[in-house]
Amino acid sequence: MLQVKTPKKGRVRRALEKRAPKLVETGKKTLILHGTKTSGVLNSVLTEIYNIKKGSAVKFSRKNENIKPFESGGETSLEFFSQRTDCSIFVYGSHSKKRPDNLVIGRTYDHHIYDLVEVGVENFKPMESFAYDKKLAPRIGSKPMIAFVGEGFENVEELKHLKEVLLDLLRGEVVENLNIAGLDRVYVCTSISSNRVFLSHCGLRLKKSGTAVPRMELVEVGPSMDLIVRRNHLPSDSLRKEAMRTAREQPKKKLKNVSGDAIQGKIGKIYVPDQKIGEMALPNKAKGIKRERREAKLKDQDNGHVSKKQKENKA
Amino acid sequence: METSQFEIDLGNLFAFNPHHQFSSLPSSREELVKECLQKGTELVQAIANTLFNLPSTEDVDGPLVKLPPPTTRLPREKPLPKPKPPTKWELFAKARGIKKRKKDKISYDEPTGTWKRRYGYDRANDEENIPIIEAKITDEPGEDPFAKRQADKKKRVEKQDKNRLQNLKQAAKVDALPSHVQLAATALPITGTQTAPKKVTKDELVNVAGIAASATASGGKFDKKLPGEKPAQHKGKYRKFLPVVEGKGIVGSQEKEQTEKVLNKLISKNSHDILNVDKAVTMYNVKKEKRKNQKGKSSATSSKLKPNTKPHQKSSKKGSSSSKKGSSFSKKGSSKKTKTT
Repeated sequence: MLQVKTPKKGRVRRALEKRAPKLVETGKKTLILHGTKTSGVLNSVLTEIYNIKKGSAVKFSRKNENIKPFESGGETSLEFFSQRTDCSIFVYGSHSKKRPDNLVIGRTYDHHIYDLVEVGVENFKPMESFAYDKKLAPRIGSKPMIAFVGEGFENVEELKHLKEVLLDLLRGEVVENLNIAGLDRVYVCTSISSNRVFLSHCGLRLKKSGTAVPRMELVEVGPSMDLIVRRNHLPSDSLRKEAMRTAREQPKKKLKNVSGDAIQGKIGKIYVPDQKIGEMALPNKAKGIKRERREAKLKDQDNGHVSKKQKENKA
Repeated sequence: METSQFEIDLGNLFAFNPHHQFSSLPSSREELVKECLQKGTELVQAIANTLFNLPSTEDVDGPLVKLPPPTTRLPREKPLPKPKPPTKWELFAKARGIKKRKKDKISYDEPTGTWKRRYGYDRANDEENIPIIEAKITDEPGEDPFAKRQADKKKRVEKQDKNRLQNLKQAAKVDALPSHVQLAATALPITGTQTAPKKVTKDELVNVAGIAASATASGGKFDKKLPGEKPAQHKGKYRKFLPVVEGKGIVGSQEKEQTEKVLNKLISKNSHDILNVDKAVTMYNVKKEKRKNQKGKSSATSSKLKPNTKPHQKSSKKGSSSSKKGSSFSKKGSSKKTKTT
């Protein structure tokens, strides 16, 4: 007979359920890794991307000989890593004479490569090189604002693709409720020419403007770099269609302790734990208030006079 | 302002200005960065304008705003989960109109007269806790009622396991297996999205082995076989080569024969055989025999009509026709005898 395997521990089960496909997805994890050779620039680019994305990123530090995303057969170990780490965006850095400071940003669908964009990094400025008020430093995992500037992102196919991939990479978690006071980071992408994009990471300073909406001011906190579009690989139409599918109805959250009634309308149930009034400490628990003494006193009163009288008589 | 020119996706806090174009690239890097940031600020301000105007609720940490869902469509990371197919019981319950009823967590325990939890440890009305089972008339002698109780329970559990497995199998067929469940046949890291590899049948394996064998010059004839492996099935014909050197005479005419055979076949395809001598002779013989038989039969029937009371001796003395018949019989008899012997 076939055997049914289920995890023995609840933690494992929960971990597996977290990885299972969901009706509404809230965000993707990023895998950062590099090829056989990386330059110093690329190393710092990768670590800074990791720092920006901390919390939803996994960084590998070993060299990977057999990852070549654009070549057939070079994606198998990448797909394997994607499955292992449950990441669906990867940033892969490599450095060669032909393509110096090369960055491949790709996405996976169902742990198979969906699309790829290859960019070269130029004019890289790391975080350390920016001087700013440290109070403005963005906090880890905060929701960023993303600004794309330039008609290139609409007219040039490669840039259009890059825009989508960058948005997916940078946008962070999809949230429903946002704390406006927590907004502290902005990514600005500008298309300088048809194949060059300026990407900068900024902090946000809110200034009083006299109205309800404060005036925004951007402070560059780094990293900033130029991305030069090299190769790209678009998904096939059928795959795109498959991946773009969304759930028709949103999953309903279970309403607890609320019931309907035709006459009384909505009825909520509130649980109040046993209040244990008997054990409650009284505010002034004087000795005289104690029950036995009180009762004894009462008794005394009944035949107290007698005793007193007796005493008097004796005297 | 020109906010209407911008594309704003509030769900992603994303804004896009598709109209900006550098008329002339700034000469220095600083200026370029400055202009980019200035353009970015405009966009961020546009996002903020809409964001701060959303209805907000006060919270300890600051005003909370409910964001609309993102409008930019991005690909999913995993396929949509498939709905779980109904179990056999669910189907049955639906057909019968049986509805789920919630049971209390505790129920009344009759032996002790207290309320206990319905299931689990120290449960109410636990039949395993009954120390004495009263004998009934229907009981079979020599049977241990306690052992029977245990065996019955085991059977029930097994049946439930079987049903569960069946339902899981059905779910696995439509890729709707719960993510934490793994059927042992699907030896995969479980994500719920991977399809189980199809089990290869024996026939398919044999076929593949045969195809692989055909890659060798000998068609796998001299390949090393595993214990129990059968020689690869060969499809198609082997080509036969006739000897290159032959003696004269009949032996040496093999190749000639072969070509003649082919040629004859081709030529005679449309020229029907008019006369097959053998066939003709046999047909003639058969017809002749039949005619004889018919003559004999007409006389035989007349003799049959007569009452068959007379002894054989007399009949033998009778007319020629009967004697003829008798001879034919004897012939048959002799032939039979030879067959039997």
